[in-house]
Amino acid sequence: MYKITKKVYLNNTEAHITVHAPFIADKAKAGQFVIVRAKENSARIPFTVFDTNPKTGEIGIIYQIVGGGTLELDSLNQGDSLQDLVGPLGNPTEIEGIKTACVVGGGVGCAIAYPIAKALNAQGTKVDSVIGFRNKDLIILEDEFAAISDKLTVMTDDGSNGNKGFVTTALEDNILNNRQYDMVFAIGPLPMMKFVSLLTKKHNIPTTVSMNSIMIDGTGMCGGCRLTVGGEMKFACVDGPDFDGHLVDFDEAISRSSMYKESEKKSRDEACRIFGKEL
Amino acid sequence: MYNKQVEKTPCGTQDPQKRIHNFDEVAFTYTEEEAVNEASRCINCKNSPCVSGCPVGIKIPEFISKIKERNFKEAYSVISEDSALPAICGRVCPQETQCEQKCVRGIKGESVGIGRLERFAADWHMKNEEVSNPEIKENGHKVAVVGSGPSGLTAAGELRKMGYEVSIFEALHEAGGVLVYGIPAFRLPKDIVKKEIDALINMGVKIELNVVIGRTLTVDELFNKGFEAIYIAGGAGSPKFMGIPGEGLKGVLSANEYLTRINLMRAYKPDSHTPILRGKHVSVVGGGNVAMDAARCARRLGAEVSVIYRRSREELPARQEEVEHAEEEGIEFHFLQNPVKIIGDENGWVTGVECVHMQLGEPDSSGRRRPVPIEGSETVLKTDTFILALGTSPNPLISKTTDALNITRYGGIEAKDQSGATSRKGVFAGGDIVTGSATVILAMGAGKRAAKAIDEYIMQGKEWDAFE
Repeated sequence: MYKITKKVYLNNTEAHITVHAPFIADKAKAGQFVIVRAKENSARIPFTVFDTNPKTGEIGIIYQIVGGGTLELDSLNQGDSLQDLVGPLGNPTEIEGIKTACVVGGGVGCAIAYPIAKALNAQGTKVDSVIGFRNKDLIILEDEFAAISDKLTVMTDDGSNGNKGFVTTALEDNILNNRQYDMVFAIGPLPMMKFVSLLTKKHNIPTTVSMNSIMIDGTGMCGGCRLTVGGEMKFACVDGPDFDGHLVDFDEAISRSSMYKESEKKSRDEACRIFGKEL
Repeated sequence: MYNKQVEKTPCGTQDPQKRIHNFDEVAFTYTEEEAVNEASRCINCKNSPCVSGCPVGIKIPEFISKIKERNFKEAYSVISEDSALPAICGRVCPQETQCEQKCVRGIKGESVGIGRLERFAADWHMKNEEVSNPEIKENGHKVAVVGSGPSGLTAAGELRKMGYEVSIFEALHEAGGVLVYGIPAFRLPKDIVKKEIDALINMGVKIELNVVIGRTLTVDELFNKGFEAIYIAGGAGSPKFMGIPGEGLKGVLSANEYLTRINLMRAYKPDSHTPILRGKHVSVVGGGNVAMDAARCARRLGAEVSVIYRRSREELPARQEEVEHAEEEGIEFHFLQNPVKIIGDENGWVTGVECVHMQLGEPDSSGRRRPVPIEGSETVLKTDTFILALGTSPNPLISKTTDALNITRYGGIEAKDQSGATSRKGVFAGGDIVTGSATVILAMGAGKRAAKAIDEYIMQGKEWDAFE
């Protein structure tokens, strides 16, 4: 069983859980993900591996409660076990040879961005980080990013932390101030990754984005996670999740991400009723 | 003497109007009387051509004569000497192109209902007999099986009976492969699959769920863990798309995704949290069993359903019974048409499928007449959910992470016919990952042959190059 050994809330809707999964802890690299089923009837939900501890056989994931599936996951506490956990899936993020990079994270996407920033830092890459949130109450991982970044900028949409604006504003400032990047890594909501990619294209900076598409099995079997990259069909689970941000058809990906909205809403409302929560 | 009845003894089915509202099994098992009546249609002819039509060589006349004698227990024993999963094969085998096609009764009238009789014997056994575990003499050797579909289950069962310690590694959270994620419950009830799998577990086969070979563990790591041989039966893998405009629209999905949501993730049940599209006008492109399954699931979720197939009814590769059942359920077939474009609205949702009409030309390499588009014949079919059931291409996860494993031109694992031996010593492969999309029974046949070859490799030290 996949026992939850620790659960820490980062804010009202986001939590970091540590799970016993020795196979995965041994092997997972930055950028890879797992698929979780909280309970017997739960949906399969992909989460990026946030951290690993091969010694204790543990891995960490960070989730945000957004719907029925994550509400069910959140109903589990330290000492409980996940019904299913499989991974590591997807390809590790390619970081070899990168001397300077800017890691851009948006919202809970920072949980995906951080392991990449950490891995870059560990191999000696000079890392700038730009992380953005809707407001100051939703800021996560600020200290963690600070510890591994040459320069960290934390933005809020509403300016409640004193730094108003989107991540693209801060990234463009960095670029205009002649901070050189071999690669920009952008991980967050699809529109954020789209606009970061448009910006870096203008400045001719190679950009890697991480596509967290709808998927079931995570092994290439269902085709639900397909997206168009450079005019070709790719599966996020086996070809990605990382892709060249300048080649991804974001508009299609944004459209497709709402395919199950109605069904998801039903499941969310139902779960809210069961767990007595509002989202 | 034999029963001269020209037609097969009919088997009961759920009323079409009723069954389109549930996922319960469509066809019923023969009653004892029906089974005996049907069995007595077999004339026990001299050459038993039916046996040559069975990919696993079940001794068909022998089990049928046991049914005729009302010795149902023996009938089951005869089948189980050659088939590991009779209750499943009786339901999903395309008998009309295998055993039943060769039946001499089929020359004037209908063949003997071999599939229905097989199912009867298997169901009788499940209902009336305690599962008895065969006595297993441990031989101290370890074999790993990758994938718990029909091929993997068969190989695991055979190897375990020979005394091997067998571990099956399954990527999903439930064992059964295509039997649980692909084939719907109304065609193959899930408790039947579960019973077969439980029987293997009772025999001592270990099943490790949630392990993706090629990711969680590699083939090399399996060898390092002490497995002496590995049988790869990972299934067909990735769904094919058509490469036509509009495949990125909302409401376009593969049959694999649709069926997995419904079958594995139980989206048809009210308490399931699995999102599913409940379209009003569902179109399915393809003519195989998977297309029929997707169409009939959609019908049960309340849709008007069309099946688009580029050849004519005669060439439909699906099992005949499934086509008939689909027609009874009110599914509309659009033969000799092929989608060329998917049309969407301003919100990115599918609204229609533009199809070109076809005519049949000369036979192609498959022996079927090649469909040729008729220029200017395009029509639009109103559609809010478009499901592609066009087969699959092999999953590259294992071949990409395993050294010295040759792949075929189509990306499948290269394996020898008789043994499943691959280019890598100690690694065998079979089922859809070798052949591409095929049938449950062919996958089982490959599993059975591989088990035998693995035994020769480990116990008799057969040279790798000697495998055929």
